[in-house]
Amino acid sequence: MGSHATVAGDPPVYDFDIVRKFSIMTIVWGIVGMGVGVLIASQLVWPGLNDLFQPYTSFGRLRPLHTNAVIFAFGGCALFATSYYVVQRTCQAPLFGGWLVPFTFWGWQAVIVLAAITLPQGITSAKEYAELEWPIDILLALVWISYAVVFFGTIVKRRTSHIYVANWFYGGFIVTVAVLHIVNSAAIPVTLTKSYSAYAGAADAMVQWWYGHNAVGFFLTAGFLGMMYYFVPKQAGRPVYSYQLSIVHVWALISLYIWAGSHHLHYSALPDWTQSLGMVMSLILLAPSWGGMINGIMTLSGAWHKLRTDPTLRFLVVALSFYGMSTFEGPMMAIKNVNALSHNTDWTVGHVHSGALGWVAMISIGALYHMLPKLFNREEMHSVKLINLHFWLATVGTVLYVVAMWINGIGQGLMWRAFNPDGSLTYSFIETVVFSKGGYVMRAIGGAFFLTGMLIMAYNTYRTVNAAKKAAESANQPVQAPAV
Amino acid sequence: MDAGTVGAISTVLVTIAFFGVCFWAFSPKLKKRFEEDAKLPFADEPQDKHTDDHK
Repeated sequence: MGSHATVAGDPPVYDFDIVRKFSIMTIVWGIVGMGVGVLIASQLVWPGLNDLFQPYTSFGRLRPLHTNAVIFAFGGCALFATSYYVVQRTCQAPLFGGWLVPFTFWGWQAVIVLAAITLPQGITSAKEYAELEWPIDILLALVWISYAVVFFGTIVKRRTSHIYVANWFYGGFIVTVAVLHIVNSAAIPVTLTKSYSAYAGAADAMVQWWYGHNAVGFFLTAGFLGMMYYFVPKQAGRPVYSYQLSIVHVWALISLYIWAGSHHLHYSALPDWTQSLGMVMSLILLAPSWGGMINGIMTLSGAWHKLRTDPTLRFLVVALSFYGMSTFEGPMMAIKNVNALSHNTDWTVGHVHSGALGWVAMISIGALYHMLPKLFNREEMHSVKLINLHFWLATVGTVLYVVAMWINGIGQGLMWRAFNPDGSLTYSFIETVVFSKGGYVMRAIGGAFFLTGMLIMAYNTYRTVNAAKKAAESANQPVQAPAV
Repeated sequence: MDAGTVGAISTVLVTIAFFGVCFWAFSPKLKKRFEEDAKLPFADEPQDKHTDDHK
């Protein structure tokens, strides 16, 4: 049977310009999105910060801006950058699609800018993680379909016979996000900036959380697992621990995740059996999640010593550890009894950030540190020491954040459901807010640590790109990344 | 066909599909092939730049 069969002769000239653009914008939007995050975290400590520029800077308007910026702007650009890089190199073919390739870049940036303009004005469809109004949704759908054409077109014209597993994850992510976005955003427009969902009542809630949880499962997990399956082996210098396990991983993950969304609606108007189904599917999901995590971490077996000297590899491996931690925590929180305690508390916020900062951001940062020198024709980043500093700021920041939210969340959950013998509530709501203040301070500090790390990354990248430019000038030829 | 029957049939079909994927992935015949496929990320490196510890 034909296997991966490297083609004779040199690999083709890849289209790295688009990868460079998306990589730089990943860092830029990361700083913007996390900056807004630190601002709204500070608003919860110092409520006066809401009044910086009312009504645009109130928490309610900035919170969706933060989530959209970090998920779709930062995470999205990281996914575009790495998927375009990985699909070209593992298919040994330049990108397919001609003008569609730059269209995905400029279209995506336009969506982000439009989000930044509309959300602070309160223009929103009020669906979590799908707040953008219908004209932006249509643009987003067009960009996403173009992305699919470019990605799958490149796979079709590949020079290798096998499609590497990372591309299966990226492919699953692209197809599912297209379906999720188009179905959940179906709406009846009333004016240019206002529309109403095509669904009503409990069905609307179910469609929203089918979308919402699969935004986590496919946008924030499958896509980044694609990243993991390429960059962890590359940075460790050895093939993935078990390729066979990775095949079971991809199919089990994509066929299970799609059923888990109803765990966001425990004890709601949703039919009880739907809630139980969501809970059971979430619990089963632990198996492929941990299978994948173990597969990634075991790739290092025999090369553990590299962790001591290579902060980029450390980013990738710690990301996997956080992935394992949050995919254990998630199924636990999906159990109805646990959810009765955790729902609507800061525990949920902490869980999301252990996934978002620990897994999504760290694996992206690791992938970028691997990719940037290759994209700009350098041996390594300007400063490996600064990568190490970034690593510690990111790790400590995430731990501070998550621990603060655990304390707050469990405390809030317990206080909210404490009753006096006569049946009245033991604590008023404001007492739980006062209790939470310490955690909010700790969270804001953790977030600031993480943001500082991103600023250091921006400086390191700036110096790397600058050195590349200087080297290119002195050699008197344009920057052309080699296929290394 | 009521919803219960559809649910039962699809559960059986998904189970068969899952075990199918497992048997296919872990079939001893294909072991060599997948070991080769796992090296795909290193296949487009020029020979002299190969990292030290993979074959």
